[in-house]
Amino acid sequence: MDVSLILELSVNGVFVGLMYALVAAGLVLIYKTSGIANLAQGALAMMGAYVIWAISAQLGAPMWLAIPLGLLAMFGAGVLTERLALRRMIGQPVIMVIMLTIGMEIMLRGVLPGIFGAAVKKLDVGIPNDPLFLGDILVNRATLIGGLVSLALIAIAIVFFNSRLGILMRAVSDDQAASWSVGIRVERAIAIAWGLSAVMATTAGVLWGATQGVDWSLSLLLIKALAIAILGGLDSIPGVLVAGVLVGLAESLATGFLDPIVGGGTRDVVASVIILVTLLLRPHGLFGREHIERV
Amino acid sequence: MFYRRAGILHTRYQDERQLWPFAFDRNLVAIVLAVLLAAPFVFERLYLVTYLLPWIIWSTAALGLNLLMGGAGQIHLGYGAVIGIGAYASVHLLRAGVPLELAMLGGGLASAVIGSLFGAAALRVKGLYLAMATLAMQYIVDFVISHFEVISGGTQATLQVPPARFLGVPLSSDAAAYYFALGVGIVVTLFMLNVKRTSFGRALAAVREKDYAAAVIGVDSFRFKLMAFFVSSFIGGVVGCVLAVSYYRAVSPDQFHLDLSIQLVAMVIVGGLGSVLGSFFGAALILFAPIVLNHLVGTGAELIGLSISADLRAHLPLVLYGAMIMGFLLWEPLGLAKIYNNTRNYFLVWPFRHAR
Repeated sequence: MDVSLILELSVNGVFVGLMYALVAAGLVLIYKTSGIANLAQGALAMMGAYVIWAISAQLGAPMWLAIPLGLLAMFGAGVLTERLALRRMIGQPVIMVIMLTIGMEIMLRGVLPGIFGAAVKKLDVGIPNDPLFLGDILVNRATLIGGLVSLALIAIAIVFFNSRLGILMRAVSDDQAASWSVGIRVERAIAIAWGLSAVMATTAGVLWGATQGVDWSLSLLLIKALAIAILGGLDSIPGVLVAGVLVGLAESLATGFLDPIVGGGTRDVVASVIILVTLLLRPHGLFGREHIERV
Repeated sequence: MFYRRAGILHTRYQDERQLWPFAFDRNLVAIVLAVLLAAPFVFERLYLVTYLLPWIIWSTAALGLNLLMGGAGQIHLGYGAVIGIGAYASVHLLRAGVPLELAMLGGGLASAVIGSLFGAAALRVKGLYLAMATLAMQYIVDFVISHFEVISGGTQATLQVPPARFLGVPLSSDAAAYYFALGVGIVVTLFMLNVKRTSFGRALAAVREKDYAAAVIGVDSFRFKLMAFFVSSFIGGVVGCVLAVSYYRAVSPDQFHLDLSIQLVAMVIVGGLGSVLGSFFGAALILFAPIVLNHLVGTGAELIGLSISADLRAHLPLVLYGAMIMGFLLWEPLGLAKIYNNTRNYFLVWPFRHAR
């Protein structure tokens, strides 16, 4: 086995994994506050990328303006989703709420390519394309920058959970009724969680859009994000970081070594295998709190 | 009105046990059945093959999924994969020279065994985790089917279904294929209508409402959940066989992707969780609404001279599925069946609304 090849696959895998982890962090944020998994997270990432592409390419805004505007718009979209759809579902069985987010995923996947056209859009955020050599390892510059941005954002998220608003959200996630009784506005906390999660998804969407172009396939980030969130534990932000690196590594190494044997396509199945194995061996994930009821 | 209930006049226990206590319902079922039976002689071939046949097959599939989702309350996002397993297993059996009757059961069993294997893994967790486990199952089965040449014959290959005979009748003609699908559909429908009245169905209902409570009254919830997975996957496998033999006539891996699973879940939710009638309504709406809408949009745009991009029209079905799932969950969580029931209950005592 070639050492430099393994090293190259690993380094790239780690950064790709960090970029996946950003989507997963949004999932965890929503799960922590409201206890539901948002299966539309991938579609939100896609929507964010489309919105920013539309602002910069259709309206002609420069990228430094388009990105903050897009993030703002997506924060609003996240809050609105919670207000218009999710809040009406309070008290319904969890299967219904999951189905609602799936419905949203399907709809967004139709609406955005329908309006803006299905062809792949080029999203240029100013990352140069030429490869970067660290020693004799080839690193994709876009993935490197994307991974570092994700790392920074997730670190901010960890710090955020120790701020006043973050503590408020942790209280909500612990016990909604108890938070209510001490005067925390639970609905507002959940709405903010949705907004922030949409912002995270948008950032991930832009980073991925810059590497692979913007089209509906950005919503496929969902399955990797789910794998990361489950492996790390659905209610643990640091878990997302570790699991992101692990999933990125596993995927990159599997693509490098298994693809030639089985003839391609392992990249997409690694995430599913990780989900199943995690649920079998350790349903609450690596860092999650053990609270799943077993039957 | 045509229903009119005036007092309960049962004089024998059989009357009370009837599936359809009202004469109107019985007549309606008889009429629908007669129309379905006469369809190959009445309707043109185009309507039979492109509308009626898929409607019956997908309704049967929705019934199978409804047993799991509405009956036992377990979410399943990989039902398309279950159907795919059944289709591939039965086609391989057919190609090996096994008669269709046995190949159909073989396909069902293969689906049931593999489906409940994943189910057993997934059932240790529930709700949200179950959704993800079944989603993972969909991807893994997709991968295995398309990447093992023994199963699919290669990533891009399609597998021809050999000419088959069911009970001695060759299924090469459209009418025969239609009657085959209809027959399976009727058997599954009768099973679903009656399963709620058996101890199995009642146990599932108990598990669905609250599994602790079910355990307290002596229902082994893990066992019944697993049985629900088994039976539901068996029906899925049989539907896969019917689909391959009478509709697709050649199977390829891309027929059983996640899109199919999501369509099926949409059928169940739009039709109504736990309702037999709802599965038929849901399948019809999910199948035909995009077609109708596409026509409407097309002609509407022509009328007012507006040009609608091909991209938008191509994506309308997705938008519609999503909007329908969200809309029904928000405003009528029990689906079309509930709307039908409300109307029926209204007319049952019309015009004496206070008697309801």
